[in-house]
Amino acid sequence: MVDGLRAYALITGMWVRSTLAYRASFAMTVVANFAVTALDFVAIMIMFGHVDALGGFAMAEVAFLYGTTSAAFGLADLLLGSMNGVGQRVRDGTLDVLLVRPVPVFLQVAADRFALRRLGRVSQALLVLGWSLVQLDAASWSAGQWLMVPMMVLSGTAIYGALYAGGAAFQFWAQDAAEVQNSFTYGGNTLLQYPPTVFGAELVRGVTFVVPLAFVNWVPALRVLGRDDPLGLPGWVDFASPAVALVCCAGAGLAWRAGLRGYRSTGS
Amino acid sequence: MHAVRLSLTVAGHSFRRYATYRVATLAGVFTNTVFGFILAYTFVALWHERPQLGGYTPEQALTFVWIGQALLATVALMGGGVEEELHGRVRSGDVGIDLHRPADLQVWWLSADLGRAAFHLLGRGIVPLAVGALGFPLALPALPLPWLLFLVSVALGVVVGFAIRYLVALSAFWLLDGVGVRALSGLLGVFFSGMLLPLTLFPGVFGEVVRWLPWAAMLQVPADVLLGVHRGGDTLAALAFQAGWALALLALGRAVQRLAVRKVVVQGG
Repeated sequence: MVDGLRAYALITGMWVRSTLAYRASFAMTVVANFAVTALDFVAIMIMFGHVDALGGFAMAEVAFLYGTTSAAFGLADLLLGSMNGVGQRVRDGTLDVLLVRPVPVFLQVAADRFALRRLGRVSQALLVLGWSLVQLDAASWSAGQWLMVPMMVLSGTAIYGALYAGGAAFQFWAQDAAEVQNSFTYGGNTLLQYPPTVFGAELVRGVTFVVPLAFVNWVPALRVLGRDDPLGLPGWVDFASPAVALVCCAGAGLAWRAGLRGYRSTGS
Repeated sequence: MHAVRLSLTVAGHSFRRYATYRVATLAGVFTNTVFGFILAYTFVALWHERPQLGGYTPEQALTFVWIGQALLATVALMGGGVEEELHGRVRSGDVGIDLHRPADLQVWWLSADLGRAAFHLLGRGIVPLAVGALGFPLALPALPLPWLLFLVSVALGVVVGFAIRYLVALSAFWLLDGVGVRALSGLLGVFFSGMLLPLTLFPGVFGEVVRWLPWAAMLQVPADVLLGVHRGGDTLAALAFQAGWALALLALGRAVQRLAVRKVVVQGG
């Protein structure tokens, strides 16, 4: 395990050095990565220029949802986002190279083409989160409310990470279907930026019980913001995010193992 | 005559090339549809508060969402296609071979991109729009004329999109690593085309300016044409706006290409 993480650090370090070789391009990618998400938020600000509340939620509350999900997603994207490329490796046969190296394939794939530019998204998300905390007068919050914020971000990172890993495992069977994963990762992140009251009850139920994205922020955030849960779940569920994240990671781990075991080289 | 036949052949092969990857197409349709649902719900909430926001009825706003999802791949708002391939060929030096061919570089890639766009319009456009029409009340025209004008407008939007991505790809002659410019270009495309929000919602002078930028030609104008926002001669003016940007950007692409070719030194044997 320690050896594996050391290898992950070595590979990511190598990619960081390699990207820094083209400094102008690197600077632009960081700016772009920051700006992509910033413009997302500008769109939300323009919306609130026309209305006072969306689905009964004020701007600061939406910013809180936005900050928590984007920070979690940004961290997962930074650590595991490269797993998206596994289908390409299966298709052209370069996955074989990873199999003969004495480092877990999972970590090699995760560290492959590690992109430091993804810090742009994380920093933008943290800025919005910070702004929302000021607006929501978080100074008057209880310690419990405060503790739930890092819990959401860390559990959320694990849930999004599990989606990335599970999606990568899926690509062992459907190599060309890499884009389906975007529906759950990018799509999930977009979904969770808005309050659950905006969406149909069926959709909310789906992302609570089937793909448990709601545990990234919706379920715990409603408690922090003192809002009613539209599904009327029991109160203890609000604190279940870490457990849900653990189950997701275990599931993704099993899927990854099954996928890797079923891998057949293209043999060319 | 020869040049026209060559362009058609290139476009046809490009169409078939994209049509080969059926699973990838299905995956793309699925993703566009999921995003369509998410955005549609937020628009429902927004137009519930302000029923005439941006000059659209709630039905028109929902139609705007689904047109956006249907055209996302066609006009390649987030980049890709030519941008990635030509950029790769500049980086590897393969562009040297392209320049030796008895065909114009820009026309070659434009033909290839039109073939790609035609496939994406059919393969990735129809299903999301149909699903959207099943799930939400849309304001789609019943007469054939708006649809025909829409197709013309989409074609012009594709050419504008191509011209922008061609410029981005050519930047690789100077920058070598074009990932940064490509990322910036993609983000400008998504924001200033109306993909996130219709441009008529953008406030004040900023809102006025963004409607005159080339990205508006890629989604905002085609969507407005289909929604019948323009009356009579205004539709022609909108199409002329797209054609103007298309010509200007293609001309700029040629100028930059001339500079790039003068500069290029192909390494290796």
